[in-house]
Amino acid sequence: MTPLLLVLLTPLLGALALGLVRRPVVAGWFNLGVSVISLGGALWLGAAVAVTGEVSGTLGAQLFGPSAGLGFRVDAFNVYLVVLTAFVGVTTSIFSRPYMRYVLEIGRIGPRRMRTYHSMYQLFMFTMLLALTTDNLGVMWVAVEGATLATVLLVSLYRTPEAVEAAWKYFILCGVGIALALFGTVLTYFAAQQVIADPAAGLTWSTLYANAGGLEPAVMRLAFVFLLVGYGTKVGLVPMHQWLPDAHSEGPTPMSAVLSGLLLNVALYAVVRLKMLVDGSLAETASPQLAGHLLMGFGLVSFLVAGLFLHRQRDIKRMFSYSSIEHMGLMTFAFGLGGPLATFGALLHMLVHSLTKSAIFITVGHATHIAGTQSIDQIRGLIRTQPAVGWSLLIGVAAIAGFPPFGVFMSEFLLLTATMKSAPWFTLALLSGLAVAFAGLFRHIHPMVYGVPPEGQQPVEANMIPVAVHLSLVLWLGLAIPGFLAGWLDRATLLITGAHLL
Amino acid sequence: MNLTLLPLLQQLLLVLAAIVLFLSFVLLAQVRLISAIHAFAWQGALVAAVTAVVAATGQVHHLYFSAALTLALKALLIPWMLHRLTRRLNLERHTESLQSPALVTMGAVALVIFSYWLVLPMIHAEMTFTRNIIAISLSVVLIGLLMMVFRTQAVAQVLGFMSMENGLFLAAVSATDGMPLVVELGVAFDVLVAMVLFGVFFLQLRDSIDSLDVDRLNRLRETGGDSQ
Repeated sequence: MTPLLLVLLTPLLGALALGLVRRPVVAGWFNLGVSVISLGGALWLGAAVAVTGEVSGTLGAQLFGPSAGLGFRVDAFNVYLVVLTAFVGVTTSIFSRPYMRYVLEIGRIGPRRMRTYHSMYQLFMFTMLLALTTDNLGVMWVAVEGATLATVLLVSLYRTPEAVEAAWKYFILCGVGIALALFGTVLTYFAAQQVIADPAAGLTWSTLYANAGGLEPAVMRLAFVFLLVGYGTKVGLVPMHQWLPDAHSEGPTPMSAVLSGLLLNVALYAVVRLKMLVDGSLAETASPQLAGHLLMGFGLVSFLVAGLFLHRQRDIKRMFSYSSIEHMGLMTFAFGLGGPLATFGALLHMLVHSLTKSAIFITVGHATHIAGTQSIDQIRGLIRTQPAVGWSLLIGVAAIAGFPPFGVFMSEFLLLTATMKSAPWFTLALLSGLAVAFAGLFRHIHPMVYGVPPEGQQPVEANMIPVAVHLSLVLWLGLAIPGFLAGWLDRATLLITGAHLL
Repeated sequence: MNLTLLPLLQQLLLVLAAIVLFLSFVLLAQVRLISAIHAFAWQGALVAAVTAVVAATGQVHHLYFSAALTLALKALLIPWMLHRLTRRLNLERHTESLQSPALVTMGAVALVIFSYWLVLPMIHAEMTFTRNIIAISLSVVLIGLLMMVFRTQAVAQVLGFMSMENGLFLAAVSATDGMPLVVELGVAFDVLVAMVLFGVFFLQLRDSIDSLDVDRLNRLRETGGDSQ
């Protein structure tokens, strides 16, 4: 319980304290310190789960009774996401410190908004970690909605008309989406009440999972549609993705890094947890694969549409947010496909996509500062002005496009193999989608990296350590997945599909 | 389904829920902003009343607390905040008519029918009460959604959002005797924070586009970057 409390309370208290810190320089360091402590807690939690297999407990059990408190459950599936979230939180806050100082210096925001920024950053981390660790579907909903609330003010941080528009769209679309997810949660609770005697335990995921076979299939079917549309909005599945490119392009870049690298994962995590319940409930009916088929459909459409949209982008951050939609679509498809191999690949893909995409957004942040604009047409010759940024962008894009020897290649290869085995015709769609996305990325990237730099383009102060760390990790994962990580992912696969891969 | 065979309290609940649904229609077509806020406040009060009646029927004590919370939040605090904001933004006399009110209302009717169509096969025929109440809640949610699509004024969109929440709460309370307390408190807290943030956004919207007409938000396009 102690490491869990450390993971959850550090960002919460940090957010409150950061709301009071007046000096932006101090706040930047403080933000980093809070993130580091959370990461320490997350690693401790990871070690505890590695030893015992599962950490669970209830907060406030004395107050409300044993089943009504805040239940937590950390198993192999969510612990690696917890560690990933805390890790990307640390590296992004390393990047955000000089980045936001620069933004403050050029006068885009004032010191007061810096306070909002830092406070909301930690609050956002808290809501995501809560959503990952809680065992209660209702609390998970509250946390995911809380993540929206914590980030809307960050999207509109620059107060330009575009930023306010993006934030409003984000707020409304995700608000509506998540409201539909709540209706799905209510329906799940309703189904649970017919089976589970204790009303307070009716939203506890572990209890529901143990009784999944008894849940009324007709109710769960409808509930899953609502839950998928609701949480799918946050995953960025087409056609509910409209908010995502706007929010990513108009918010500050550290925010884009954590939104893309972490929030989308958390939403997908919620969908997968719910799919496990629905699969249990529908196992005996005529359509046991319904949830999987829905995920496959949504995933494939998102994957293909986003790949095509990549070609049309003129804003560098919008382009990479479409790339995120594409990859989320691929993971959703893989989780829908089911089976140990596809699930293992999807879990690995979640990991490497987060690392790569946040590294790319960090690099893009520096690139936009060098060029002074986000427009793809005006970013030119990065590799000559500042080789570190140029090379990072090039390597990052090569990694995300699925070039060997990077980790993304590994996971995509596993996914393709799994598809080939169980649904061969889809391999064609996946391969052409990957090719289209690859072309879309590289036709834009090439001139940005190699083109002729405009007169007087100056390098900026950039801290490339986070990017280097992320990309080397991705490279490492591509060359050799360390044994303990493979073991972790395998245990998560066992949890989700009921079968080992390794 | 024979409604007259139900216990009297359940019949009362259905009547109250039906009025909640009726108020959704009122909200959808209400031209004056202030009147729409009042209609929303009444809807909140009715949901609170439903909660109190459920608490009385089932002897569920924590629902009395939820009822008080709903009354305070949905019927008093949020309408008051919206009222204050409209006054501050000089929107008291603001009227906004739908493009084609008849069509939208017909759409809402279709949504009600759709909800019943969706819910009827899902729940056993003997649970007449639950069937009706879930169908009504779903209609309220979907009409809120419809309102957010067709209303272009930011305050009206927020009303649509909040009435969706009312529908959700109605479903949670009457079909399942309320969610666990932790969840209910969390949801209420989220709704409250959302309302505060909506208030912040009204001011930001006015500063940036000089109006609360969301249709004017069209700077971000698919190809992006035009404006920069």
